[in-house]
Amino acid sequence: MIFNAVFLALRQISRNYLRAFLTMLGVIIGVGAVIIMINLGNGTQAMIKEAIESLGSNLLMIHAPPHLNPSGTTKSRYFTMKEVETIEERVAGIKAVAPVNAGSAVAKYMNKNVQTSVQGVTDGFFTAVDWKTAEGRSFENKEYVAGTNTCIIGESVRKNLLGDTPAIGIRLKVGSVVCEVVGVLESKGQGGRGNDQDDIILMPLKAFQRSIRPNNSIYNITMIMVSLNEDVDYKAASEQIAVMLRHMRNITDKTKDTFEIQSTKEIQQTVEKSIGSMTAFIGAVAGVSLLVGGIGIMNIMLVSVTERTREIGTRLAIGALEKEVLLQFLVESATISAVGGLIGIVFGFFMTLLLSAKLHIPFTFDVKTATVSFVFSGLIGIIFGYLPARKASRLNPIDALHHE
Amino acid sequence: MSDFIKLRNIVKVYGSGENSFLALKGIDLDINVGEFVALMGPSGSGKSTMANILGCLDKATKGSYFFNGVDVFSLNRNETALLRRNYIGFIFQGFNLLARTTALENVELPLLYRGVPKKQRHERARQALDMVGLLEWGKHTSAQLSGGQQQRVAIARAIASNPLFLLADEPTGNLDTKRSVEIMEILSNLNKQLGITILMVTHEPDMAQYASREVHFRDGEINTAEAVLR
Ligand SMILES: Nc1ncnc2c1ncn2[C@@H]1O[C@H](COP(=O)(O)OP(=O)(O)OP(=O)(O)O)[C@@H](O)[C@H]1O
Ligand SMILES: [Mg+2]
Repeated sequence: MIFNAVFLALRQISRNYLRAFLTMLGVIIGVGAVIIMINLGNGTQAMIKEAIESLGSNLLMIHAPPHLNPSGTTKSRYFTMKEVETIEERVAGIKAVAPVNAGSAVAKYMNKNVQTSVQGVTDGFFTAVDWKTAEGRSFENKEYVAGTNTCIIGESVRKNLLGDTPAIGIRLKVGSVVCEVVGVLESKGQGGRGNDQDDIILMPLKAFQRSIRPNNSIYNITMIMVSLNEDVDYKAASEQIAVMLRHMRNITDKTKDTFEIQSTKEIQQTVEKSIGSMTAFIGAVAGVSLLVGGIGIMNIMLVSVTERTREIGTRLAIGALEKEVLLQFLVESATISAVGGLIGIVFGFFMTLLLSAKLHIPFTFDVKTATVSFVFSGLIGIIFGYLPARKASRLNPIDALHHE
Repeated sequence: MSDFIKLRNIVKVYGSGENSFLALKGIDLDINVGEFVALMGPSGSGKSTMANILGCLDKATKGSYFFNGVDVFSLNRNETALLRRNYIGFIFQGFNLLARTTALENVELPLLYRGVPKKQRHERARQALDMVGLLEWGKHTSAQLSGGQQQRVAIARAIASNPLFLLADEPTGNLDTKRSVEIMEILSNLNKQLGITILMVTHEPDMAQYASREVHFRDGEINTAEAVLR
């Protein structure tokens, strides 16, 4: 009897591939959509996490946003070396302090030139942002002290300016000075804002201050990065620094601060929170598409069984038992659902692969999602193939035959 | 063998309450083995209702039906299905062939449910198709056959399982005279050569000529005055 049912079911599917395909379509779309959405969502989250982590794990960034002067103009009040040293001396649990002076300049080599970001840094920079050279070396202490015109270039600068020419030892013109390349940074890729972090040239801070942005003012540091040990409370450290800076800058009113302190930990926590709500949102959307797919399957199944009530009547009239008819429909809908589910998984897999490549999202494939959506759609297909068939096969043969 | 089919006081009510309709008003009918009965009467007189009950496709509201000594109305659904499967062939007015299915496969279907092995099933289905003159058409689906051919496939399907009793509800209803005569020849042969008992519903006196007895219905009752025995 089982053999007969399987035979009849497969034969019936083969009689109408279009109907079988339409039924499968709901399963394919339900399963495929869920797989694509969940996996792209997971990939995006992984990407955002990685971008944030590339900032360094417990880092304070002290900026000088433009503020209103008493004279009515807006201007940034940058930082002094004295302020940097005070922070370094007084705050406990510091791994490294990195004063940075940043600007942009045109870099030239032979007949090529590119506009790029140039930053004057000290030794602390490399610790603070956890960055190493892939080729060559870092700056030596005497270079920081003397402010020699040497530079370390980012991967994008190397590629765009030098191409295949070996980088170490080459002399670039940066702004108006000639500077020798001593190292190439390892590639960091895209930053959190989609910016190219490898489009950069580093120079010793003193060399930058003298050659790129000559400035006699003592306020010649645009940003201070403070890398804290992992166990240090960033809130307390940040508050301590704020109090110190206000004191040194004679600020009595918090709202008139001429500086701003950001914490990567804080940013991380904010982003993690929004990632959490994003996960919930994607889950909800996936749930809805699974439901829509399920309703699609349900509809097609109901329509096709109604259509087939006469067929059921004919089978009953020539002596098929109720359970034989049911078994046939069960095998039919299970086969269609299973094949549809498998196609949906394959479709979802390749669409995820394609879309993640197109959208520059890391590819992930979650087996649990695939399994859950497969089982869910499959069950809907089976249940809604089975229930109407059961209803029809319980009719008097004559009523099933006369079904409109 | 006078008690092959024995109907007593068969009442059939359609619907219930206000809308109920009394389609059969207490029918008594006996059919002997080897008879070819033509069931006649005006439209709405209850012929199809009677045929469906005789074919075990529907149950009467009241009365008793003995088929070959078996009390049909006491059987459960499965037992009734097995009775249809093993002893009764039914030819429907609307053919009721399965769509997208070849003539041969349609004829094989009752044998398949009987569990006849593939080779034998094939052989018997071909024999049945041969009897209705459609051996060459076995591979055609219903859509590729004419109305007369479809009706002959339906007959082949009904006789493939060697039923004791063959029911035909207006088997020539949709056919022209020439095709109708062909069908009647086939039924007549089945009755005479294989000894199959036949009940045929018709309202064409020409077709009733082939039967050995005519039973006339009027308003859910048998009109004995019109009965004919040949
Ligand atoms: N399923 C049903 N529900 C309600 N009434 C029905 C049903 N089937 C038949 N009837 C009624 O029962 C009566 C007898 O119907 P039946 O089909 O037996 O007539 P018939 O003699 O076969 O007529 P015809 O020659 O037109 O086929 C008709 O009045 C019909 O309206
Ligand atoms: Mg009728």
